[in-house]
Amino acid sequence: MTIPVDLMYARSHEWIKIEGDSVSVGISHYAQDQLGEVVYVELPEVGTAFAVGDELGTLESVKAVSEFLAPVAGEVLEVNTRLEDEPNLVNDDPYGNGWLVKLSGSAEGGEFLDAAGYKEFLEQESA
Amino acid sequence: MVEFAGFELPVQYTSLTEEHHAVRTRAGLFDVSHMGEIAIRGPAALDFVQLISCNDHQKMTVGRAQYTGIMYPEGTFVDDTLVHKMADDEFLLVVNAANRHKNVAYLTELAANFDSADVVDLSNNFAQLALQGPLAEEILQPLTPENLGELKYYRFIEGDVMGTAAIIARTGYTGEDGFELYVAPSAAPGLWREILDRGQPHGVLPAGLGARDTLRFEAGMSLYGNDIDNTTTPLEAGLGWIVKFKKGDYIGRDVLERQKEEGVERKLIGFEMNERGIARHGYPVLLAQDDTEPVSYVTSGTQSPTLGKALGMAYLPIEATEVGTEFFVQIRNRTAPARVVELPFYSRKKV
Repeated sequence: MTIPVDLMYARSHEWIKIEGDSVSVGISHYAQDQLGEVVYVELPEVGTAFAVGDELGTLESVKAVSEFLAPVAGEVLEVNTRLEDEPNLVNDDPYGNGWLVKLSGSAEGGEFLDAAGYKEFLEQESA
Repeated sequence: MVEFAGFELPVQYTSLTEEHHAVRTRAGLFDVSHMGEIAIRGPAALDFVQLISCNDHQKMTVGRAQYTGIMYPEGTFVDDTLVHKMADDEFLLVVNAANRHKNVAYLTELAANFDSADVVDLSNNFAQLALQGPLAEEILQPLTPENLGELKYYRFIEGDVMGTAAIIARTGYTGEDGFELYVAPSAAPGLWREILDRGQPHGVLPAGLGARDTLRFEAGMSLYGNDIDNTTTPLEAGLGWIVKFKKGDYIGRDVLERQKEEGVERKLIGFEMNERGIARHGYPVLLAQDDTEPVSYVTSGTQSPTLGKALGMAYLPIEATEVGTEFFVQIRNRTAPARVVELPFYSRKKV
């Protein structure tokens, strides 16, 4: 279970990466593993504004539908359109090509764990 | 693991899609011990089965299995079941786990007014393993002295598997060739391990409830509680082939006969999404995009692992059931177009 140290993690299993005014959002390796093979990704429209905890979109495996949430408040700057044809990127490369959306804004207002904190959180969850 | 009818069942062992593909291309082994087994015994066993079932079992010989519905007086399903003729005076009904007690209660009450037919719940006497897939025969044959090559589809034998008494039936719920093995619960773990062991060079995988559902769905087989239930008749469900009228009276016959004569008002259809999105069980179905009231709900729906498409089943008014007809499915906050396609979605190439 990989947990890169250069990212921050929400307790709802999204990761964020801040680059200037843009916040990239994806789901963790643990989350994609729990979900199983992703076959469909529903992404928000560019320009839509979200508050922390709003449903940003959905990820579907053959067996289940699960939402992913906005870990920070902001407007959608960009979505990963590659996922339309290659939803499995969420499984194969959750921290890289499997990113979901980029939001405007900062980590302010969100609650995040660093890699060590998230690792501990997962251990507690599975205990 | 999920709790189902008092059993702990795995949704998947490794990956649902891998297990699914294993069954389509090689073989998969399912533990379906949760299924119920009910025996109908006595000199009037056949008459009793004829009374409760919409299919005709008169001509069944010992060693044959037949699919049917156990009917309410309304012509709707108490359950769907595989009837096995064990002897002239004994039939074994394999029923859905969730309906086991309902079936036993319903049949026992009917049998009370019936001379010389007894209903016996044997569910605790049987474990069931289903080995399904094109390589099933090759994998199972070394474990039994019976000649599996001679066992035709929907036939069974009472024989020996690994030295244990077993009902070996060439039946299944996946749309592939395969066997359903009924053995004593104590023999099941050893048999499970042995089949997986022997099947390993053939690529056999243990398969869970998730793959069982996607496999039966692609093959257009109904799931009780989703596609058929106590409000739907076999004629509406596209199961007209199990509804027979050249037999004596049976429960629900008058309703089914009238429905057959007048034509059904709605029918279970298969559909494919015209746009991205996956329609799932319970999603509202709309005839026009701006309709506010659903005409029905999706009964089963998923992304088909074999066909790589989002497919579903739903009841539609008869005038909207022609192949190609467009309608809509409410997927969360949007209405997505879908069109009627032929059922089954998948059928294996018969050799």
